[in-house]
Amino acid sequence: MSLSLKSQRFRAEREGDWLRLDALLKELEAGHRRRLSDDDVIALPVLYRATLSSLSMARSISLDQSLIAYLESLCTRAYFFVYGSRTTMGERLAAFFRRDWPDAISALWRETLVSAGLGVLGTLTAYLLTMRDPAWYFAFVPRSVAGTRTPRAAAELAKTLFSSHESGLSFFASFLFTHNAQIALLAFALGFACCLPTAFLLLYNGLMLGAFLALFVSHGLGVAAGGWLLIHGVTELFAITLAGAAGFRIGWSLCFPGRHSRIDALAQAGRIAATVMAGVVIMLAVAGLLEGFGRQLITSTPLRYGVAAFTALVWGVYFYRRRNPS
Amino acid sequence: MSAAGAKMTREMVTPEGVDLALRLADGGERAAAFALDLLFMVLILIAMSLGLALLGYLTGIAMVEYVAAVWLLGFFLLRNFYFTAFELTLRASTPGKRITGLRVAMRDGSPLTANAVFARNAMRELEVFLPMMFLFTQGSGVDAWISLIGTVWCGVFVFFPLFNRDRLRIGDLVGGTWVVVAPKRILDDDLSAQAAPAVLFSEAALDAYGIKELGILENVLRRKDQAIMAAVAMRIRAKTGFDTPMPDEQFLAAYYKGLRGRLEGRLLFGVRRRDKHQKV
Repeated sequence: MSLSLKSQRFRAEREGDWLRLDALLKELEAGHRRRLSDDDVIALPVLYRATLSSLSMARSISLDQSLIAYLESLCTRAYFFVYGSRTTMGERLAAFFRRDWPDAISALWRETLVSAGLGVLGTLTAYLLTMRDPAWYFAFVPRSVAGTRTPRAAAELAKTLFSSHESGLSFFASFLFTHNAQIALLAFALGFACCLPTAFLLLYNGLMLGAFLALFVSHGLGVAAGGWLLIHGVTELFAITLAGAAGFRIGWSLCFPGRHSRIDALAQAGRIAATVMAGVVIMLAVAGLLEGFGRQLITSTPLRYGVAAFTALVWGVYFYRRRNPS
Repeated sequence: MSAAGAKMTREMVTPEGVDLALRLADGGERAAAFALDLLFMVLILIAMSLGLALLGYLTGIAMVEYVAAVWLLGFFLLRNFYFTAFELTLRASTPGKRITGLRVAMRDGSPLTANAVFARNAMRELEVFLPMMFLFTQGSGVDAWISLIGTVWCGVFVFFPLFNRDRLRIGDLVGGTWVVVAPKRILDDDLSAQAAPAVLFSEAALDAYGIKELGILENVLRRKDQAIMAAVAMRIRAKTGFDTPMPDEQFLAAYYKGLRGRLEGRLLFGVRRRDKHQKV
């Protein structure tokens, strides 16, 4: 059959390349990267550029709608591969732990201070109020969380501190981890609502902590309770503080975008805050392990303080040590 | 391209200088993809529960505690990492998005980063799970009012995508991403290369229509609906005064070929006739 139109000849000449690119992409999209030969891998960008030039040519000489639509979709699919990310999962993880995570956290130091300040403020308020009048305790701690730890039951309190719930240990650990991770994610996401709900959440978290402390101290169990809390609390409270800081960064850049447009400022803040949050989830997993297993297995108070001090040291050095700028 | 399609199309110029004319996913497509993903998550949870129940049944009651732990962690992982894990793969899409032909991309055309994926999905906490929490909270008196107000407040985040041009949800804003339509297409046959009776139309007959009408004729021919073809053929015969009797489909194919040849020929000389209203 003779090809009478120029656009027909154009298509006949290049159709082979398009179909080959299509086949390669199909393999890649199905995740069969290994199945491609070296030749295929080398050919991919060449085929992509050839197809792209076919597209701009087709737009100017061909009036076959479905052909142009096909080329557009093929080029878009190829574009995402050719200009997609080149790093492997392993490299990404290595970069995250080596540089991205500590850098992001030290960049948020202002927000971290504010976030920590709110937590401390809440703790102090509840502590002082509850020390003066134990009735305040239930204003801060919901009964469902308090359980048997009520102001009257001194024996129960001591049991809480030193018992090792052998039964239900793994369930307990996973419950604590998921619960705290959810609180942290919420503190982060709520930052979008102009910081205020995050501030409230941090303050409230502090109030609960303060009321708990006051309860134990008033029964002469202050030092023991400190060890009981801090063995995992250093990691956990730090993680929640960081999550709040990341939320503040998001909310702040939404309210006060500075020189950038609001949408650009948000995207920038989002990048750094997301890195912090990925780290927060890891920290909470560590805290969950320390709380579920470490605290139940280590029942000596000095040892608990030792573990707490050690975790504080590790996180502090890891996040805030001086690094050479990249 | 339909009017709605044109409204969602965004310029995206590759480094080679070609505009890919990306089409953004509209609200319906996004919602459909999300509903599918939600369904898959529920199915996974049900399958997991059944599997664990079976395991517990086979091994005795001692398993219960581990079963609960696994379930709790599984639910947590699904809730927070289902989307992230799938969007971090090369296809940048969850199963629901794959089915609806969508994928996630950076708004500035750069490679999609892990950070962006994490940020856009961490925000689901605010957009999906917080509203759910308010919605399912039971209470009376003040508590009920608080959860009602909370639900309304969350509505701002839930319906956010409907109130901006690019259908960005809050996660997209924070992640710097958007969701584009990237369907797989099959290369259709060229209609003008198919066998059609050689009919010589007069120049006047071929000048009756422009590029827009050619596109419509192409769609009619690809759809092969006899009733529509008959109606269209009648209109074209009336307009061009072509009265040689022949089957409608063959007539349309021949006219398509003639019109495309005419319009493409003029295109080569730099004349692009948009539609029939433009002067020849």
